[in-house]
Amino acid sequence: MLEKHARLMHFFNSCEEVVGRKRLQKMIFIMKKCGVPFEEKYEFHFYGPYSEELTLRIEEMCNLGFISEAMEEKRNYYQYRYNLTDSGHDFLEHADIERPELGGYISAMNEKSSRFLELVSTMLFFEHLPKEEIEEKVYTVKSRQNYKQEELEEAWAFIRELRPVS
Amino acid sequence: MAYRDEKLDEEKVFKDPVHRYVHVRDRVIWDLIGTREFQRLRRVKQLGTTYLTFHGAEHSRFSHSLGVYEIVRRILENFRDHKDWNEDERLLSLCAALLHDLGHGPFSHSFEKAFRLDHEDYTQSILLGDTEVNRVLSGVEEGFPKKVADVINKTYQDKLVVSLISSQIDADRMDYLQRDAYFTGVSYGHFDMERILRVMRPLEDQVAIKESGMHAVEDYIMSRYQMYWQIYFHPVTRSAEVILSKILKRAKDLYKNGYEFELKPVHFFSFFEEAPSLEEYLDLDENVVMYYFQMWIKEKDPILSDLCERFVNRRLFKYIEFNPNLQMNAWRELYDLFEEAGVDPRFYLEVDSSSDLPYDFYRPGEEGERLPIHLLQPDGGLKELSRLSEIVESISGKKRTDHKLYFPADTIEQISDEKAKQRIKGILYGREEQ
Repeated sequence: MLEKHARLMHFFNSCEEVVGRKRLQKMIFIMKKCGVPFEEKYEFHFYGPYSEELTLRIEEMCNLGFISEAMEEKRNYYQYRYNLTDSGHDFLEHADIERPELGGYISAMNEKSSRFLELVSTMLFFEHLPKEEIEEKVYTVKSRQNYKQEELEEAWAFIRELRPVS
Repeated sequence: MAYRDEKLDEEKVFKDPVHRYVHVRDRVIWDLIGTREFQRLRRVKQLGTTYLTFHGAEHSRFSHSLGVYEIVRRILENFRDHKDWNEDERLLSLCAALLHDLGHGPFSHSFEKAFRLDHEDYTQSILLGDTEVNRVLSGVEEGFPKKVADVINKTYQDKLVVSLISSQIDADRMDYLQRDAYFTGVSYGHFDMERILRVMRPLEDQVAIKESGMHAVEDYIMSRYQMYWQIYFHPVTRSAEVILSKILKRAKDLYKNGYEFELKPVHFFSFFEEAPSLEEYLDLDENVVMYYFQMWIKEKDPILSDLCERFVNRRLFKYIEFNPNLQMNAWRELYDLFEEAGVDPRFYLEVDSSSDLPYDFYRPGEEGERLPIHLLQPDGGLKELSRLSEIVESISGKKRTDHKLYFPADTIEQISDEKAKQRIKGILYGREEQ
């Protein structure tokens, strides 16, 4: 029952707390691209890979009481903080799912900003293209973000580092 | 004259129940409609299993695709001569509108989940691969197929072009809401599209709606909301989807375990291996799938046979409202009781959630991810729709989700262990018969 939800709960359990919806979206996408069996379907929305399924699944888990969502008011926006609840822990304990080790991915991504994760996820979205075309795509679809070449280099290094992590 | 500018000697029209007529004047569009990949869409239903609930819902992705093309064509007639609209993008926009659903397979959503496929990848492959569609597009100019693919993939540089077919108020949604309402026969999907088209304004990177058109947009949002719950998430349709998914899972499991099919599912082999080639993918349409389902009724495997018989003859699973948190123990007990009674719970017990659906309802923007609907103020400023419309605000703020438990009520009645049967019914219906 609810295996896809349970996989996400395993993620929340592995990272204790996630702050920010965009960050959450990008983390799941990056791990998916690293072979972690998340099944949420991503599409390219105006500013990067985004999964409506993930958004809805998070809402469902909040409504069911499996994860808690706290909204914090920041200067120009609201920020959301997610935690696995006791019910979520209980559900997860009995769920019949694979439980891949996510600690390596999570600690690597937690050291990075949302802006950086947005860049990495965009590059991974276009990974079927040659390197030069990927970079060209980033400059086209992310023109407002003004990514510098050094950031792209850092992102390439990060992807190389992340992929062997298991 | 260049192929991209060629016009038909005489305008062609398709009679359409939603838009009255679909008008074609461009040679490129006419040629695209005639390709085998586009004609294949006649054999893929727009609403998958919904016809088992609303018998009229037999319309195809072919008619929807023509409808989206027609809406974009009308929008662009209004945009012509507008300073923010580049008329050079006209043909690209029309092609992308026409071809946006090209990669949909039979019962798309269930197939994608069962075989880990993505129809959007196949749309890209059809546009860029060795296909009739690619040959037509390549005749326009070098790199044109890639441009169309980028627009459909939402990664084209001109966001205004992308937003015509992919945004919160786009031609795709405007067509499917009206078309699905028409063919299901319900009254909720209607809104004043003509009015919306008149108040759409092209901006640098999006389409905005003149503030005076807010009420027409409210109607559109309400229609989207109602269609979601009344049609797309109809529990009976979901029951058929559950059975369909179980058929695909069972057939795949049998194949993997070396089961000898009476009718070898040759069209499915590459799907079972989760790697169909483009040609194999295009060969499998809903007619072929239904043929196998009908033939599999006669298979020796009782589960595959029973599930196919249910799907073909509409003997669907029943359902109850279910809360996976509060009823976690009930689920575990049911699962065990089903196993003990010889009813395999992997194929006959399922919790289905609203997030399993490919449809969504309106949400205001989310940290820069989704562009909301913007209303254009008289002073040129933009305001997000739900900030001005109390109606939209009241429904877009609600996080309504839904879970149902599906089970075969008729099979449960046939369980010979009376005690187990009564206990199962007690859990499902809240009562045990004496």
